[in-house]
Amino acid sequence: METVTLTPKAQPELFIDAENITPDAFAGKSAAEIAGLSVFEGNQTQTLGQYFEVAGKAAATADETKIVIKGDVTKVKYIGMRMTGGEIVVEGSADMYVGAWMEGGRIRVKGNVDAFSGTGMKGGELEVDGNAGNYLGAAYRGDWRGMQAGTIRVHGNAGSDLGTFMNGGTIIVEGDVDVHVGTHAEGGTIIVKGNGKSKIGGQMVKGEIYVFGTIDVMMPGYVYREDVDLEVDGESARFALFEGDMGERHGKRKGQVIYGKIYQKY
Amino acid sequence: MAEYLIKNGFVFDPVLEINGDKVDIAIKDGKIVQSTEIKNPTVVDAAGKTVMAGGVDIHAHVAGPKVNVGRNYRPEDKLFNYEPRKGVKRMAGGFSVPTVFRTGYKYAQMGYTTVMEAAMPPLYARHTHEEMRDTPILDQGAYPVFGNNWFVLEYLKNHEVENAAAYISWLLRTTRGYAIKIVNPGGTEAWGWGLNCNSIHDPVPYFDITPAQIMKGLMDANEALRLPHSIHIHTNNLGNPGNYETTLDTFKLFQGEKPNNDFGREQVMHHTHVQFHSYGGDNWGNVESKADEIMNYVNNNDNMTMDLGCVTLDETTTMTADGPFEHHLTELNHLKWANTDVELETAAGVVPYIYSPNVKVCGIQWAIGLELALLAKDPMRVFITTDHPNAGPFFRYPRVMKWLMSQDAREAQMDALKWAEKVRSATLLSGLDRELTLYEIAAMTRAGTAKALGLSHMYGSLKPGLEADVAVYDYNPETAEDPELIEKAFGNAAYLFKGGEIVVKEGEVVSNGNKKTLWVDAKVAENPQVQRDVAEKFLRYYTVTQANYEVNEKVFMKNPYRIEVDATQ
Repeated sequence: METVTLTPKAQPELFIDAENITPDAFAGKSAAEIAGLSVFEGNQTQTLGQYFEVAGKAAATADETKIVIKGDVTKVKYIGMRMTGGEIVVEGSADMYVGAWMEGGRIRVKGNVDAFSGTGMKGGELEVDGNAGNYLGAAYRGDWRGMQAGTIRVHGNAGSDLGTFMNGGTIIVEGDVDVHVGTHAEGGTIIVKGNGKSKIGGQMVKGEIYVFGTIDVMMPGYVYREDVDLEVDGESARFALFEGDMGERHGKRKGQVIYGKIYQKY
Repeated sequence: MAEYLIKNGFVFDPVLEINGDKVDIAIKDGKIVQSTEIKNPTVVDAAGKTVMAGGVDIHAHVAGPKVNVGRNYRPEDKLFNYEPRKGVKRMAGGFSVPTVFRTGYKYAQMGYTTVMEAAMPPLYARHTHEEMRDTPILDQGAYPVFGNNWFVLEYLKNHEVENAAAYISWLLRTTRGYAIKIVNPGGTEAWGWGLNCNSIHDPVPYFDITPAQIMKGLMDANEALRLPHSIHIHTNNLGNPGNYETTLDTFKLFQGEKPNNDFGREQVMHHTHVQFHSYGGDNWGNVESKADEIMNYVNNNDNMTMDLGCVTLDETTTMTADGPFEHHLTELNHLKWANTDVELETAAGVVPYIYSPNVKVCGIQWAIGLELALLAKDPMRVFITTDHPNAGPFFRYPRVMKWLMSQDAREAQMDALKWAEKVRSATLLSGLDRELTLYEIAAMTRAGTAKALGLSHMYGSLKPGLEADVAVYDYNPETAEDPELIEKAFGNAAYLFKGGEIVVKEGEVVSNGNKKTLWVDAKVAENPQVQRDVAEKFLRYYTVTQANYEVNEKVFMKNPYRIEVDATQ
């Protein structure tokens, strides 16, 4: 595995769109070539080298390429967008759209990420040591095909609207979440280790949401079914199972109606 | 203005009956001229290339409020397909509902120069014209919808064809419209009551008139007004299994009727996107093609024209003034739905749709669109469309041409369908070995459409005196064998001349051209009754005043081009 190190230098005046910071774009390139890749600052096209010191070189393929960003990139969007393999480590915090539409590989952010991280994710792993903003693992605006597969793990808290239109994959938030969790979900798993607020599973027709802490207001479209003993993300506990959202259309499988499921830990 | 001589190309022009001969085309002052009339031309070498008149699209939804609803509520349609500004081109984006700029550029790259917006709600004529004004290159016109309009329903219920004609004349002038469009006659009005008209004899609630009476009455008014285009129908019961009977009933309403106009138009009725109206069976399990029955009628009745509405197997956005149908569609696919009611005039709905090659019905729909063209005896009366964006985006026309021109290409697509054998048994396509020629394609995409629109004096041919709209395609009909070349060449015109100016060169847009917006000014004898009715309806029912309704040419239009008709006699 070859490593490319990006060290932030001048902070950009505007937020920059850096969809080229991916193992796929870097693969097969030298440090100088990587520094020449384009980024957008406002409506201007600039080069990566204007904002980062680039050291090391990339491997021939994305899978064999690791990118380490040394420091905070809170004004850099789209890190790891649509990446298919390899690894990215951000040693500070990053802005919006980290790992958006990623299809494979790993991203680890040691600080926080802002909104829309993991949007429309199709595979791979995204791990955030700090907190995540709103719309974590949600669908792109207007799309009914949200996160399809892959895993997102946030060690801190997450904002509102996570997992909107989720179709598959797993989102684990070890802290608390804000309102609107798994809205419109048609699959996938959301695990909240901390507390939830309200509007959890609204319009969900399929998929599972596990909440370890409190839920301020349960959606009226959910019905309590039974207690179940489960092991979730390495923890064994007893959960209350709710099914819903009863206000929605639900499909059938082998004669059984499929519902969205909310498990709340006792 | 510059003079051009397009030399050595293989020319296809059904109007001049040139079928692939090498003919030089001369251009001067924006018109096509005899080559003896030009002195010092810029020579364009078209050796080994195909030359045709600029394409004329008779039916596409490219401007107006429902198109814009599609753009607004489908941001995902623009995801990952933006092109930045480049040269003369502005930023462009969107797939099934592209921005107005991409619409202009993509049509130009296909060698099209004239595109008709197929449904304009009169109340939103200003919006429609604003979008057409901002669509570069293309000459355009828009068809106001009349089939559910309260004035029309009331006049026709009382058999007042003369008043209906006077109202149509007023509305065409006020909205700067081009022709009479009819969408689900009566059914869209019934949708206001949560109902529909599923046959042409279902009465419209409250108005007590049938779709058949509406269509026939509007045809009578159209011919009394001597308009360049005929009535343009999307009949009742679109998209339902077994609906071919409704379609044939509609066709038969006009059997034996004669056109009345000075524009060379020979049809009294154009029926659009016939693919959606040619289904047999009585449910989605046994739906089958009735293209043979439909085309049997069309081939034997030369007073009508039609377009295909080919399904292209893409993810697209359906949008139509057929409000109840869009509700039906969202109940089928459970995707997002937009719906609107346009006061006294019409309604509309918008739903995304995925024509998946893995779904049997989609495969059947795909086959029917092609069958209609392959069963057509007269290509001057049967036109290629995708009812953009309803059955697929317009920039798939080259792909449709490929399927129509190559049996191998359509069999390859048939084999790629998940339910190929089921599709084969429900359709006729695999039994049709006809391969359309470039001459027939030229009829179906420019000569025929221009004639049906009453615009054969401007477009559709390379006859001297016509607009110098000329497309040159990098396609050698003598040597080309791979059907993929058809799609590539007709999607990337080598040259496009629009009004005598080069707008596309080697597939790239190099000029925004000089578009015109066509509208029809039909003069009728003064009709105080209709004037009173209009004033009263605006006072009592409309949310806008009459003064805020009219389309002001200076404000809303680019190069308005008025086509005058005198119907006072």
